[in-house]
Amino acid sequence: MNIGSLLGAIGQGFIWGIMTLGIYITYKILNVSDLTVDGSFATGGAVFAVTALSNIHPTICLFIAMFVGGICGLVTGILHTKFKIPAILAGILTQLGLYSVNLRILGDKANISVAPVSTNITFLANVLNIPHTRAGMLLGIIISIMCILLLYFLLGTEFGASIRATGNNEKMIRALGVNTDNIKLFGIILSNMLIGLSGALLVQMNKYADVGMGKGAIVYGLASIVIGEVFFRRFSNFGIKLMSSVFGCIVFFIIRAFVISLGLKANDMQLLSATIVVIALAMPIFKENINIRKVGKINSLNEMKQVSSSDEIVKEKIEKREVTEVGGGNNA
Amino acid sequence: MLKLKNIYKTFNSGTINEKRALDDINLVLNDGDFVTVIGGNGAGKSTLQNVISGTIMPDFGTVEINGINITKYPEHKRAKYIGRVFQDPMLGTASDMWIEENLALAIKRGENRSAFKWMIDNNNSLFFKEQVAKLGLGLEDRLKTKVKLLSGGQRQAITLLMSTLKKPDLLMLDEHTAALDPKTASLVLNLTDEIVKTSNITTLMITHNMRDALNYGNRLIMMDQGRIIFDVAGDEKKKLTVEDLLQKFNTTKDAPSDAMILG
Repeated sequence: MNIGSLLGAIGQGFIWGIMTLGIYITYKILNVSDLTVDGSFATGGAVFAVTALSNIHPTICLFIAMFVGGICGLVTGILHTKFKIPAILAGILTQLGLYSVNLRILGDKANISVAPVSTNITFLANVLNIPHTRAGMLLGIIISIMCILLLYFLLGTEFGASIRATGNNEKMIRALGVNTDNIKLFGIILSNMLIGLSGALLVQMNKYADVGMGKGAIVYGLASIVIGEVFFRRFSNFGIKLMSSVFGCIVFFIIRAFVISLGLKANDMQLLSATIVVIALAMPIFKENINIRKVGKINSLNEMKQVSSSDEIVKEKIEKREVTEVGGGNNA
Repeated sequence: MLKLKNIYKTFNSGTINEKRALDDINLVLNDGDFVTVIGGNGAGKSTLQNVISGTIMPDFGTVEINGINITKYPEHKRAKYIGRVFQDPMLGTASDMWIEENLALAIKRGENRSAFKWMIDNNNSLFFKEQVAKLGLGLEDRLKTKVKLLSGGQRQAITLLMSTLKKPDLLMLDEHTAALDPKTASLVLNLTDEIVKTSNITTLMITHNMRDALNYGNRLIMMDQGRIIFDVAGDEKKKLTVEDLLQKFNTTKDAPSDAMILG
């Protein structure tokens, strides 16, 4: 892996990191699993491509992409909060529908190039006289820092605190006068705005928009959040937590670049990222099972030989042990 | 002032499981009333409370607070008037947030929450510290502790403080000490009594414990099969004993649960 591909990976990490921040809002803060991502990411990209190609200033195009991403979130949010469709299903439905929408936006083409027009990245590259990928990284850094700061300040306000409380204890914050449906709606919209922005920036970086560019995005994002948590587990500062998900995303893309340099295909990354997420989510259960097995062995040595109907006793012991383990885990 | 007029509520109506939970409830709570509500399982205590807090809509009847008809208000809109403490200590607080943050959430109960104002600044931080110190649990030095690290009793005390931080027109306590051990329960009850008396808060306390129902408050209501069967206040309530209440229970169809007799 050479320095060029490393820098490229970091650049990609910053740009996808903005999407990760969006996923962080729903998955971590609101405690809602929003799967609109794969669709709205591509929508952001597609919208940017067609607006930029019709000679609108690229910065305005970024805002339009954000706005349309927000509308995608609005759809999922309404399905979830007003029609009471479970969040996961609501997201899948929107995502599925968005595939057709994205194809329409792209004029029924699977991908279109934005190489002919100037973008924010080409502008930066020209002004600073640096290569395209380097300029893309710079733009990614600037915008992701802006997003982190914005979220950090927003979530520290009275309003932002009610978003966090909604994810934490919905019943309680409703009893304190917050319309939790509206908060969720807002959170899902905000999340998909960031995701749309991220998709638009990726189109700038790659110089083309693809209808399948969002495929697996949700898993990339979750993997990034999980990786970030591994590195910054000890920190409770909220700003650092936000940063950690962008950082996790950078690490994820470095791993990806490394794996590709080993000869695997970029598409193999889907499997790898799915595996990372599975391992991270299953870790607590693995730990528990290992503990249960330990207890089981001790008990079988002590009792199984002596008592004929020992199975139940062992089971009981295991259950008790499990209960204390779970309790201990929660406190830690 | 809380006013309930002709409240009816039937669950599963038209089926074999039809259950009339509230049957023509008429109740007026005067300002400063501290009312304890007792009754067997299924007597309608919780339904009554849910109708007042807005988690259940009545089939018929009106709910008024301070002369405002809130019958059609959703739960979050009623929060302006009502402070609540739940039975489950986990329900009243946001466990992943600091004590201080929880209080900051609570002090804006029923108000608009600004997206341009920090939830905690030096001013309210100091105020929260004073208030927490009043609980006498030594939590004032742990304001930046996540609530999930507190015990059930401490959490319930914080919830109680939260629900009264901004004085509510009605405080509703839903068996808020039932999940606590006896010692902690009496601590939280005494705190409740103190807060309610000093701020003169109109309070509705549901309890399973007859002795608590007698020891606290100036008025006692007994419910059975969705009706208020006994409503006593003032001196008459003071003279009341557990035996009297048991007598009352025995005249109803439902026998009191063990917890009520033992508690």
